[in-house]
Amino acid sequence: MTVFKQELKSQRLPILIWSLAIGFLIAFCVLMYPEMKSEMDSVSDMFSKMGNFSQAFGMDKLNFGTLIGFYAIEGGNMLGIGGAFFSAIIAISALAKEEKERTAEFLFTHPVSRVRVITEKLLSVYAIILILNAIVLVCSVCSIFIIGEKVEWDILFLFHTASLLMQFEIAGVCFGISAFISRSGLGIGIGLAAMMYFINLIANVSSSAKGLKYITPFSYTEGSDIINDAALNVSYIIPGMALMCAGIVAAYVKYMKKDLQ
Amino acid sequence: MNAIETNKLTKTYGKSRGINELNLKVEEGDFFGFIGPNGAGKSTTIRTLLGLIQPTEGSAKVLGYDIVAEKDKILAGTGYLPSEINFYSGMKVSDAIKYSAALRKTDCSEKAASLSERLGLDLSRKVDELSLGNRKKVGIVCAIQHSPKLLILDEPTSGLDPLMQREFFSILKEENERGATIFFSSHILSEVQTYCRSAAFIKEGKLIISDKVEKLEDTGAKKVTVRTKAGVEEYLYKGDVRKLLKELIEKEPLDVTVTEPSLEEIFMNYYEDKGGAK
Repeated sequence: MTVFKQELKSQRLPILIWSLAIGFLIAFCVLMYPEMKSEMDSVSDMFSKMGNFSQAFGMDKLNFGTLIGFYAIEGGNMLGIGGAFFSAIIAISALAKEEKERTAEFLFTHPVSRVRVITEKLLSVYAIILILNAIVLVCSVCSIFIIGEKVEWDILFLFHTASLLMQFEIAGVCFGISAFISRSGLGIGIGLAAMMYFINLIANVSSSAKGLKYITPFSYTEGSDIINDAALNVSYIIPGMALMCAGIVAAYVKYMKKDLQ
Repeated sequence: MNAIETNKLTKTYGKSRGINELNLKVEEGDFFGFIGPNGAGKSTTIRTLLGLIQPTEGSAKVLGYDIVAEKDKILAGTGYLPSEINFYSGMKVSDAIKYSAALRKTDCSEKAASLSERLGLDLSRKVDELSLGNRKKVGIVCAIQHSPKLLILDEPTSGLDPLMQREFFSILKEENERGATIFFSSHILSEVQTYCRSAAFIKEGKLIISDKVEKLEDTGAKKVTVRTKAGVEEYLYKGDVRKLLKELIEKEPLDVTVTEPSLEEIFMNYYEDKGGAK
């Protein structure tokens, strides 16, 4: 697991920065909740009357008066956007950086098969995402204990599981793209994650665009759906995981035969 | 057994030429120089042999293993120094050397320490701060520390100062005496003439000539320098001496010298597209 360890070692700082940034932001919002609680009923009322805007973010179906409702919106946006961008950045550079930084000639002239390099890099991407989510969850749980509010823990964990799956999906697709490019793919990765986020907003607003929910991984991280159903929407998760697998398979197929610059 | 043997090895990049039907043989234990101008196909040959790029046609064996099917076995017995080596940003020199050894699952610490000392490497420096020459030294340690059977070096002396070049060739000679095959590409013909037992010349993706250095030097060609009123003319001549003398008289020379050409001059004929001596 030499390549795996090296990948984790080289990403120590980005993992720490992104995890703490997302974790602290969520914790900050949770810590603010007790002060804002008394005004939350009027906020919920206000959002329910804001039409398409509230609908886009799923705020029309959420009760801000409960911690889990508040958490689903605040935490959902931070972990959703932050986690998606981070997983896209990590995955899209995993293979491409070897050619971009001209280290491919060093790595691939050692007796390590390409399958092994791809596998260890893939595992490192998923391990990094797991570490980020674990740190964020710890920050979140600690902040909830500090304010001493009651929360439906099963819903909260479902919500974090959905976010994790969404990041896994984006990482799988970006990992596939990474095998095809030889330069920095940061723009492509961040652009893809942002596009998926906006596709979900469009699908939320327009009833004729509901089909888009099967394309974007943000569909199954929708806080309002998770709270109301107390379950994850498997019909959105299955195509998402299929897309993730397709990305990973594409990475192996392409990179095994790729001429390295 | 041949350490390297290619059979009509061809690599094209779309419509661009890389190497064309290359038939190259490097004997085990040889000290082999691979010479050619920029863009001749030297690096393409090396990168194909190491599996970094896939051959378009033909086949090749390195250390008796097929370059496509048995790449990992080849890489286990080979040390490679690219012409421009880069390491992972943030690594220290010692980390890069240890990482290379870890990828080979070998403890090479003793030899790595000895090589680093001979090359004057500061192991505590970050690789990002190193000059091309110092990066090359790290690459040399990584390529040699595991005592490979075959050393493939692409333009190894670029960036090294003359003293370091001498030390580097002394290390290579020791490795060769240990039994390692040395295969290196170079622009500098004098270093091939000094250190190599065999050499090959590649031009426009095709192998022009490959033989023992002493045979390449012994072409029977003469370097002719003629000074006339119009100026000085230099060329290589191979053939009937009487015909040469007749030609020279017709030129009404002021001065004539006929000497043995150096290997560099022999190859320069190919460089300049003369196709060999007249």
